[in-house]
Amino acid sequence: MQALFSIVIGVLVACGVFLILRARTFPVILGLTLLSYGVNVFLFASGRLVVDSAPLALAEVTVHPDPLPQALVLTAIVIGFGMTAYTIVLALKANGEFDSDHVDGEAGG
Amino acid sequence: MNHWIIAPVLLPLVAGALLLVFEWSDIAAKRALSVAATAALVPVALGLMSVAATGESQIYYVGNWPAPFGIVLVVDRLSALMLVLTSVLACASLLYALGGDDGKGADFHALFQFQLLGINGAFLTGDLFNLFVFFEILLIASYCLIAHGGGQARTRAAMHFVVLNLVGSSVFLIALGVVYGTLGTLNMADLAMKVAVVDSDSDSIGLIKAAALLLLVVFGLKAALLPLGFWLPAAYRSATAAVACLFAIMTKVGVYAILRVHTLIFMDPSKAGLSLELWLLPLALATIILGTIGAVAASELRATVSYLVVVSVGTLLAAVGLSSQDGLAAALYYLVHSTLVTGSLFLLADLIARQRGTVQARLDRSQSVYQPALLGTLFFVAAVAVSGLPPLSGFAAKLAILQAAQASAAVVSVWGIMLISGLFIIVALSRAGTAIFWRTEDTQGERRPVRAIEALSTGGLLAGALLLMVFGAQALDYAQATAEQLRHRSGYIAAVLANDSVRTRASTKE
Repeated sequence: MQALFSIVIGVLVACGVFLILRARTFPVILGLTLLSYGVNVFLFASGRLVVDSAPLALAEVTVHPDPLPQALVLTAIVIGFGMTAYTIVLALKANGEFDSDHVDGEAGG
Repeated sequence: MNHWIIAPVLLPLVAGALLLVFEWSDIAAKRALSVAATAALVPVALGLMSVAATGESQIYYVGNWPAPFGIVLVVDRLSALMLVLTSVLACASLLYALGGDDGKGADFHALFQFQLLGINGAFLTGDLFNLFVFFEILLIASYCLIAHGGGQARTRAAMHFVVLNLVGSSVFLIALGVVYGTLGTLNMADLAMKVAVVDSDSDSIGLIKAAALLLLVVFGLKAALLPLGFWLPAAYRSATAAVACLFAIMTKVGVYAILRVHTLIFMDPSKAGLSLELWLLPLALATIILGTIGAVAASELRATVSYLVVVSVGTLLAAVGLSSQDGLAAALYYLVHSTLVTGSLFLLADLIARQRGTVQARLDRSQSVYQPALLGTLFFVAAVAVSGLPPLSGFAAKLAILQAAQASAAVVSVWGIMLISGLFIIVALSRAGTAIFWRTEDTQGERRPVRAIEALSTGGLLAGALLLMVFGAQALDYAQATAEQLRHRSGYIAAVLANDSVRTRASTKE
């Protein structure tokens, strides 16, 4: 599972970085979203991956996953969501003002 | 527990929320609330500083959860100094905005308060993840403020600023994940203890060092350290003047985070820490060179000032990078000086631009400004202060840094680069001053006289720099004591982790 988990994070981050380096706002926003997915999954793993366990404290379960990373990820997801929403609005505003979706506002978009 | 500690966070939060929730029919009421909330920060910050100046680290356990499980807010000398500086700068910037900048876009006052909330929170928190949250709060407010006023230049600058900082936030989260995964805590004091006892042959030491470097990258991005600082000139020169003035503290948030995290947690290079002298000093010196070249090459006054901010960041981080107590003390004194002076320069550049008609702040031959005596005097004082000439605070600050560098191995490069950069900054500012005030046509500029409130805020910041020189001995003493407190980490750690007061109070409640 750890290998799968690492591969997923790696693919998400690689795709995210590739898209962020594009010159159009839409791929850049997609890239930022993918990057934040990868980071959130990574953050989730910082409390170690536990299989066959309960998310809550139950009497019959002895091995509990660390609850703190879950709280951290939740915070990061909410913040990332808000930031993405703002970036989309800003990109639309830029598209309207420059009549181009180039990140530098250059013509030919 | 001193409840005033959380006031610098709560005050702007409540004021900002009130400004957003109600539909304010007239702008006067909005302004009154915003000014009242910002002005109230000054006495609160000064009160916290007066207690912190005794050397006591005051801790606020949010929700009364004991450290390291809950979030703590810490006021030591450094935090108190930053709070006072923020509140003074915010007052000046807000007063200036009342001259008309606040009406150029929606919700300026609410965003301004949220910006203060994020900045104050970042200075107060003693928890690494909470630092991330406050960074995000100040960033989302700054994303909106940087686009305040509209226009193509601002939209373009905002786009770059937002994307860069979102990537920076992702890097911050990766670093936090690594820190939590290897050390199992995010409380700064607890981290400092745990990092100090990591075995030098342990598996996780490489990971911890990587996390420390990632954090340096994130904070370097905020502070505009060389390879990460190219966003700053475009963003600051196009921002509205009041916003640019407030942003003079934003790069210092990055510097503060480096000071806090890398002197408290990752300070021992022989264990799991970083050598700031190795990583920070060369980059900081390169930042000075780049900023100086930019300032000389700039063809517009606001661009010149933006590059002066880059130079000030480089100088500041070079002093931090000396990693000596004297270096830290000099850096703190320089930090206060450069924030006040660059803030006033942004306001001044706007005042000048307004009276020059279509030429704006470009350094071209044009009609003369409408009030050459007032603006010329202010510009002269600001230029003397920022370039580090006697008799103003810039001179004392640079002198302190040069003296501190004497003990360092890099003394030749620090002295050489700082002195030559100082010379070129004088050249750049003389050129700007000559172009604006002397090489003018006979026609007079637009009759848009400086409002009293604008002159007051611009002059007030410069007066702050003057006071910093008059009370230089006291200011340097405070900076020295702050540096000493930063170097003796055990006091901070013991203060945060001493939960006895919390436990006893919890038990008496039962």
